[in-house]
Amino acid sequence: MSYKLTYKPFGEQAILIEWPSKIDPAISKDIIAFQYAIQCLPNTNIIDSIVGYSSLTLKYNDDSRDVDQEIALLKSIYAKPILKQGTVNFSWRIPVCYEKEFGLDLKEMSETTSLPINEIIRLHTASTYTVYFIGFLPGFLYLGGLNKKLCIERKSTPRLQVAKGAVGIGGSQTGIYPNTSAGGWNIIGKTPILFFDIEKETPCFAKPGDEIQFVPISAAEYKVLEKQVLANTYVINKTAIR
Amino acid sequence: MIRVLTAGFYTTVQDLGRIGFAHIGVPVSGVMDGYSAQLANQLLSNDKHDAVLEITFGNATFLFEEEQLICITGANFLPKINDLKVALNVPIQVQKGAVLSFGKQDYGVRTYVAVKGGFKTEKVLHSRSYYKGVTKGSWLQKGMLLPVEKRSQFVTKTFSSVKINEAHFQSNRVCCYQGPEYHLLSEFQQEQLKKITFTISKDNSRMGYRLEESVKNDLPSMLTSAVLPGTVQLTPSGKLIVLMRDCQVTGGYPRVLQLSNYAIDVLAQKTTGAQFTFELVSL
Repeated sequence: MSYKLTYKPFGEQAILIEWPSKIDPAISKDIIAFQYAIQCLPNTNIIDSIVGYSSLTLKYNDDSRDVDQEIALLKSIYAKPILKQGTVNFSWRIPVCYEKEFGLDLKEMSETTSLPINEIIRLHTASTYTVYFIGFLPGFLYLGGLNKKLCIERKSTPRLQVAKGAVGIGGSQTGIYPNTSAGGWNIIGKTPILFFDIEKETPCFAKPGDEIQFVPISAAEYKVLEKQVLANTYVINKTAIR
Repeated sequence: MIRVLTAGFYTTVQDLGRIGFAHIGVPVSGVMDGYSAQLANQLLSNDKHDAVLEITFGNATFLFEEEQLICITGANFLPKINDLKVALNVPIQVQKGAVLSFGKQDYGVRTYVAVKGGFKTEKVLHSRSYYKGVTKGSWLQKGMLLPVEKRSQFVTKTFSSVKINEAHFQSNRVCCYQGPEYHLLSEFQQEQLKKITFTISKDNSRMGYRLEESVKNDLPSMLTSAVLPGTVQLTPSGKLIVLMRDCQVTGGYPRVLQLSNYAIDVLAQKTTGAQFTFELVSL
C-alpha cells in the first residue's frame, strides 16, 4: 500500500482517511485492502467503517481515546505489506428488463444521445461495473465503469417515486434503486433482484470490490424471475473474481 | 402491553441506533436527543440500550393495559395521567387502565417516554429504532400494541424529581468542530459560519435540518464520502444542512462543520424558526 494518505479526526468519534481525490479502481482496491487489515485488528474499538471513492471513515465507540495514538496505529498498519488478501469478491450477473414498461426514459435518452435504444441497451450490458461502495440508501451501490456515450444529465424535475429495482443513469453514474424513493436519474430498465432484503442475514449481497454485469431479459422472463425472487428460490448467478 | 390510542404527529420507537451497518448504507438512527432519552432510562435503572418512545410535538395518547413504571423526559408537553398532571424527570407508577396524554407545549420539541425494562418491539439489525425500509413500521399507528415486559410487583416508593439543565432547551449556541472540508473555506467564509445567526427552516426532520441563511460558496464539488449525524454540509446554493440521526451514510457536499454529540441533542429540541450560532471549538 503506497499512496500518500491524510488522516484527520472527524468529530468526536471518527477518523477520516483520505487517498488522492479521484475515481480509480486501484485506489478503491487499496481502500478495501486497508479496511480489511483494520477489520483484522484484535480488541479494536472501531465499530463501523464507511468507504467512499477515495476515503475510508472509521467510527469508534464512545470510550475516550487518544486520536493521535489511533492515527499512529493506523499509519503503522498501512506501512506493512498486506500478507493476506481479504474476502473473495464476486462478479454478479443481474437480469434487467429494458422493455418499454420499465425503460421509462429510454426513448427520451435515445433522442438526447442520438443513439438507437438497442445501442443504449447493448452499451449498458457490455460493460462490467465495479462496486466502489454502498451509500445514499440502504443497499445502493456506487458503480464505476459506465460507457461515456451513456453519460446523461439527471432529469431536470426528479420523479417523486422511482420503483424499487429501477435501473437508471445520472451523470456519469449508473445504479439500481434498492427501494422505492424519489429520484432524478433517467430510468432505463428494472431488475427483479432485491439489493436490500432485510429478511436475509446479509441484507445486501454485494460489497465493495465486487463487479456487476447487467443481462437483458424480456418482460415475460422478468415476471417469472420476480416470482422466484419473491418465493426466495432465485439464486443470483455469480463467479469469484479472485 | 401499552396501546396507542392517538399516535400524534410523529412518534417512533428509538434506542441508541443501528451500529455497524453503515457499510451497507443503513443509517444510524436512534434517539434524536440522547441526553434526555438516556436520563429517562437512568431514572428507571434501565439498560442504556433499552428502547423508548420519541414523541415529536406531543399529541399522543396511550392506554396502559398493565401496571407499569415509566419516566417522561425531554420536551414538556404538560403530560397527564387520567387528567391529572404528572411531572417530568421522575419515575411514575401507572395503574392498569390509566391513560397517558399530552397537552400544550411548554418547552422543547421531542418528548421521551421510557418504561421499566424497555419497549420490546421488533429488533432489526441489532436495533429497535424505527427507520423506513429497515423496520416494518415507520412511525406509531393508532391502535398498535407496544410490547413491554410484564411487571410482577412494584415496590411503592416516592421518587424525587431530577432537576434538569435548563440550558439544554434554551441554549442558542451549538458546539461544533471543524469539518473535513473546513480548511478549504476562505477566512471570510469561516468568519461567516461563526458570525451568522442561523435559523432552522421548515424543512427539518430526523434526517436533517436545512438552515435559512446562505454562506458564500465557491468550493469545488467533492467525491462522495462519509457523512455522520451532526455533519454540516454546504450545498451549492450556499445553504447549510445539519445532518441528524436518520441521515444517509455518504454525501457529496463539502462537510464544513461537525457538531459535538451533545450539540445534536440540543438541536434535536429545536424546530422551525429557532435561531442559533455555531460555536467552533477545537477537538
